[in-house]
Amino acid sequence: MSAAKTPKPDELIEVRYAPPATPWMETPTVFRPGAWSYSGNVKSLTALGLPNPRTWQPPDEDWKLPENWQSIILEGLRERLEKYRSFRLFMDICVRCGACADKCHFYIGSGDPKNMPVLRAELLRSVYRRYFTVSGKRFGKLVGARDLTIDVLKEWFYYFYQCTECRRCSVFCPYGIDQAEITMMGRELLNLVGCNINWVTEPAANCFRTGNHLGIQPGGVKDMLEFLADDVADRTGVHVEVPLNRKGAEILFVIPSGDYFADPGTYTCMGYLMLLHEIGLDFTFSTYASEGGNFGLFTSHEMIKRLNAKIYAEAKRLGVKWILGGECGHMWRVLHQYMDTMNGPTDFLQEPVSPITGTRFANARSTKMVHIAEFTADLIRNGKLKLDPSRNDAYRVTFHDSCNPARAMGLFEEPRYIINHVCKHFYEMAEETIREKTLCCGSGAGLGNEENEEMRMRGGMPRAMAVKQVKERHGVNRLACMCAIDRAALTSLMDYWVPGVTVMGVHELLANALVMTGEKERTTDLRGEPLTGC
Amino acid sequence: MNLLTSFIAILILTLSALGIAFTPISFLLTAILPYAAFTVFIAGFIYRVVKWAKVPVPFRITTTCGQQASLPWIRNNPLESPSNVWGVIGRMAMELFLFRSLFRNTDVAIVGQKPIYGSAKWLWFFGLLFHWSLLIIVLRHLRFFIEPIAPWIGALSAVDGFFEIGVPTLYLSDLTVVAGLTFLLFRRVVVPQLHYISLVTDYFALLLLLGVVTTGLLMRHFFPADLIHVKNLTLGWVTFAPAVPKEVGAVFYIHLCFVFTLLAWFPFSKLMHMGGIFLSPTRNLANDNRTKRHLNPWNAPVKVHTYEEYEEEFRDKMKLAGLPLEKE
Repeated sequence: MSAAKTPKPDELIEVRYAPPATPWMETPTVFRPGAWSYSGNVKSLTALGLPNPRTWQPPDEDWKLPENWQSIILEGLRERLEKYRSFRLFMDICVRCGACADKCHFYIGSGDPKNMPVLRAELLRSVYRRYFTVSGKRFGKLVGARDLTIDVLKEWFYYFYQCTECRRCSVFCPYGIDQAEITMMGRELLNLVGCNINWVTEPAANCFRTGNHLGIQPGGVKDMLEFLADDVADRTGVHVEVPLNRKGAEILFVIPSGDYFADPGTYTCMGYLMLLHEIGLDFTFSTYASEGGNFGLFTSHEMIKRLNAKIYAEAKRLGVKWILGGECGHMWRVLHQYMDTMNGPTDFLQEPVSPITGTRFANARSTKMVHIAEFTADLIRNGKLKLDPSRNDAYRVTFHDSCNPARAMGLFEEPRYIINHVCKHFYEMAEETIREKTLCCGSGAGLGNEENEEMRMRGGMPRAMAVKQVKERHGVNRLACMCAIDRAALTSLMDYWVPGVTVMGVHELLANALVMTGEKERTTDLRGEPLTGC
Repeated sequence: MNLLTSFIAILILTLSALGIAFTPISFLLTAILPYAAFTVFIAGFIYRVVKWAKVPVPFRITTTCGQQASLPWIRNNPLESPSNVWGVIGRMAMELFLFRSLFRNTDVAIVGQKPIYGSAKWLWFFGLLFHWSLLIIVLRHLRFFIEPIAPWIGALSAVDGFFEIGVPTLYLSDLTVVAGLTFLLFRRVVVPQLHYISLVTDYFALLLLLGVVTTGLLMRHFFPADLIHVKNLTLGWVTFAPAVPKEVGAVFYIHLCFVFTLLAWFPFSKLMHMGGIFLSPTRNLANDNRTKRHLNPWNAPVKVHTYEEYEEEFRDKMKLAGLPLEKE
């Protein structure tokens, strides 16, 4: 099976918003090439102990489901209605006002009405009504209820894996109904009968065993980080240390594995190394907790907890005082909204205090984990960093708020404060496309795979077009972001829609401007490109 | 099709109201149904809210629409990303009284190969108009159930009829409620996407409310019902001595039938968003996740991969890489 050829941008932008002639319940789901992801492989499912490992693919007629798949799903549905108020409430109170409809990047980019959050939710809500409400049981279709058939299950799969759980719809909903919550439940239910995608299950399985999504073993983590330290020495003449699994360090530093694995995340990682060296922070990386990201978020709540447990466990084993976290999106949703509840309490850690500035991070006093943007903004504010923003003069920068730090955390000003201190040309994108209204990269929640490319380009179109606008208006050539998935996804998105814009992390931008003690004359940026702007 | 189905349902209701209005069983509408509908409404409403409230909130999943409270020199947005209970109260008040989230509404169109986002406040405006008007109308109706009429109800009615157009005075809220409902119905019929997602019950709710309002207006301005008789009847309900009404007219019976249908259907319908909005976890929780630990009542142990297991598998490789080990 080869990936479908993605149409050219000119064709893809021709989006039609007129709904089909047939009512949605009677419109069959077609697994269009380029718009779905390969199934989770047997090895990963087995490693994680997930149900029904088998060889199959979504376009297959026979999904090889267990015989009693319907009762498994309905029982799972009942269980979740009793465990999550969010879920039960969101099943009941939607009035279908349609405020969410054109807020979804997948709907804006595809025009498929089942990508309207309201209708994506109705896919599940219709089944809920049929089996769990009096009126649905009695009046069926008349009140929007329908039987759970194999076609309905396939429809769920197609559309719940066309949602990146970005929560933009929940900002606009008058009741705060969050499609991410419904998609998460939908995916949990699908997982109960073994319907998942490999771009989620394989990283999750890797993460469970090796501590990171990419399956990098301890020696590999060390090699990669040391390789980046060598690159830092090459660019700056300064030798930075890479402490690993070091007991007695003050701070455990957890980053997404994408940052030490591949470009352009690696430049962000070099930025971390340079910053932490320059301020002389007593910290350590860990090979066991070598991933802050958590693809459990795209599998099930149980899997979030299973993959997240290592962070506190490692902090305890190493005896650190608190934890610092790198630039990543969904990683921070888990750390901010789930970690403490799932794997706390953290009585073995201390309230985070910056050893450099003495600032107490009271906002993290329970979870004891600080976002590096908060940490760095505090350093700059207290004048602890020597910065030369002119080194970034060649860059005309805009900033993409990642969905999760934006809508599940409210981290807006910290990165902007840093950017404004390390470069001179910063331009915001249109108001409707940033901060809490930020548009997704189109590849989050495990959808960043090749076979799904057309859908990713469609879903990322609104973000790309907002970048295009500032490129045309202000000559923007750099798209800064604070997320490992963004760094990978936005790169291909820019190549497709807005060639000429390069994606970079905020700490890459910072490290370019960072004047280090004992550095040689800097002639290149972290990527080895000449500092033409000086 | 869905619109037609709901329209037929409304017709059936009207005809059945007329059917029993002037027959010996009219006491159903005037003496039995008032109690039945009101009981179903109250009991059903409580049942639904209690049912939601009994389900735990395992995680604090606030949707943050503004800057978090982090460093002291960064200005927190207390209403869009509340860090404490006062902020939450403020945020909820904004949602309840001003429809804050709906105010953000935009629309999108592809213009010149780019999505362009336009302001779309009409839904917010007419939605708010409808809800406030309905509230005022319901409060005004209390004068039928309280004797003597409380001064604030009189004052409210006076303000509502401030312009003193016509005799009897045309209430402003009567006009605006019709405007609101008409807009909400109109967009459901005309906007293709909205038409596509609308269920029978979505139209039914609007038509029923329009039915209630229209019959009310008819009674006030065109086929006047004798208010003394109406009040005798309504006070009779309150004192549990329902009287047999005289000369209240056919429209009054239809009005009653619509109102009772609305009351009885309310707890089983999407109209329960009225109670549900208070419980929405993305709005009614503070964004203080890292400050205060949120407890999940069913937080159960899961199978994890411990460091010991990890070191066991990779010990040789870790040794080779010079990484410290727990066990040599």
